Amino acid sequence: MSDNASTSQATSPFVPSSTSVGAVMRKVIYALIPGVVLYMILFGWGIVINIILASVSALLFEAIMLMVRGRPLRMFLFDGSAVVTAILLTLALPPMLSWWIPVLGSFFAIVVAKHLYGGLGYNPFNPAMMAYAILLVSFPLQLSLWAGPLDLIAQPLTFVETLNYSLFHQLPGAMAFDSLTAATPLDYLRTQVGLGQTVEAITRAPIFGLLGGQGMEWVNSAFLLGGLWLLYMRIISWHIPVAVLASIGSISGLAYFLDPAVFANPSVHLWGGASILCAFFIATDPITASTTPLGRIIYGLGIGGLTFAIRTWGGYPDGVAFAVLLMGLVVPLLDHYTVPKVFGARTDRGNQ
Amino acid sequence: MSDNVYGDIVTNGLWTNNQALVALLGLCPLLAVSSTAINGLGLGVATMATLTLTNLIVASIRRWILQEIRIPMFVIIIACVVTAIELLMNAHLHDLYRVLGIFVPLIVTNCAIIGRAEAFASKNNVVRSTLDGLVMGLGFALVLVFLGIIREILGYGTIFRGAELMLGPWASDLTITLASNYDGLLLAILPPGAFMALAVIIALKNKIDRVQQRRSANAVSVAVPLQSSRA
Repeated sequence: MSDNASTSQATSPFVPSSTSVGAVMRKVIYALIPGVVLYMILFGWGIVINIILASVSALLFEAIMLMVRGRPLRMFLFDGSAVVTAILLTLALPPMLSWWIPVLGSFFAIVVAKHLYGGLGYNPFNPAMMAYAILLVSFPLQLSLWAGPLDLIAQPLTFVETLNYSLFHQLPGAMAFDSLTAATPLDYLRTQVGLGQTVEAITRAPIFGLLGGQGMEWVNSAFLLGGLWLLYMRIISWHIPVAVLASIGSISGLAYFLDPAVFANPSVHLWGGASILCAFFIATDPITASTTPLGRIIYGLGIGGLTFAIRTWGGYPDGVAFAVLLMGLVVPLLDHYTVPKVFGARTDRGNQ
Repeated sequence: MSDNVYGDIVTNGLWTNNQALVALLGLCPLLAVSSTAINGLGLGVATMATLTLTNLIVASIRRWILQEIRIPMFVIIIACVVTAIELLMNAHLHDLYRVLGIFVPLIVTNCAIIGRAEAFASKNNVVRSTLDGLVMGLGFALVLVFLGIIREILGYGTIFRGAELMLGPWASDLTITLASNYDGLLLAILPPGAFMALAVIIALKNKIDRVQQRRSANAVSVAVPLQSSRA
């Protein structure tokens, strides 16, 4: 609020607050930058084009909805929340897409999931994950074709060629789209386990790297660094990231310990898919996550457990989005039952 | 005055108290079957016929129905009518019947029907009750078709696909293809799409109502003495 002239008529206490929505969102964007840059270097230009498309359209939809709803344009449009939503949505999507998919995703995120529910602060579901889930359900084919790491691709696309694909659905020469894509590690793991292969043999495939997926493990490590920086800056509290990663790690570790032939080792679960991104950036959304310390821990544990369950037994290779949305449904209940005791409250009826 | 009663029944059924948009009754078939316009039309017509017939029967025997057991009686009447309609559809519109499947017998459980029997037909004469059933059913069917058209355009890029199921082989020409190279928005055909489209239609209706209210509010300021004299 500090950067908004219209709220300068403050009353005491005059304690300056540095945590306006804009400041928080800017720091979240900074924390995402290293991962996005690595993503671009390792997987090609698609992610940049998608982020630009999604951010511009998200700002446009935000402006339209603010105007329709008669809200102050300047204050909400530049608070960065729409851009963070757009980036998180883009990171969930495959990098090689036709332009209308990220734009439609922004529409669902900003118009449907955010403003139809009352705008920033009132939306019950994480807009980025809601939009991703809608896109995944609506366009299963387009959303399952992931660009492979550039190391594994014979002839990577240049920026202009990627842009040409995004806008006009054209690839240079006689190149087939399949030559650019590769199964994601979790997808590959899923199909091969289904075919009866052992996990040990599967994870020796070139698509797997040191910790998780080839290439993606470094992107996720960069997100981990960005997330730790957010923790250090006290933008997010430790409860949710620790709970999410601890539950994914421990559950997959237990499963791996019990039957290493069927279950992947914990590092594949932690560094593969969107576990780290979810733990630090998606599940920590201040609006849709639980707000009490205990509630946050239960929320995070639930997301981790559901993610593992959906990855292992569900219908999709990764389950982060659905786990976040499902736990988002539980948040009001969690907040209700985990209200911390007020200092000085009588204990004999404090728990009612 | 009697003209006014029938006019009220018609506006009630089609707009003011539309069973699908205002009472929000019978949502289960509404959401499950409205994936295309023709499916919606088929179930809408079946519901309309059921509603008209049950209202007719309930109104004509309302003096002999004991107050204490009226609900079971209504259910039996509705079940008989629905069974007859189901058998008719099975015989004459077999393909459509197979598409609609369980939702034709499930018309029995459509609360709009028992709601009209209890709220209107058991208290009004035969002519009014039959008219009420007809327009209530028509209002429901129109929403079903409208919802079906929206979902079909978004989901398949066509209008009236599968018209031959209902009208015979010649009707396959009725299908209008809006976009031939259309991937289809799967969401519109799945249940969430039905909820969203219904919500948009309800919002649209409320908006129209509000605009009209504002207009009539402006008009009332002139007509106040007339209204007070009527009261």
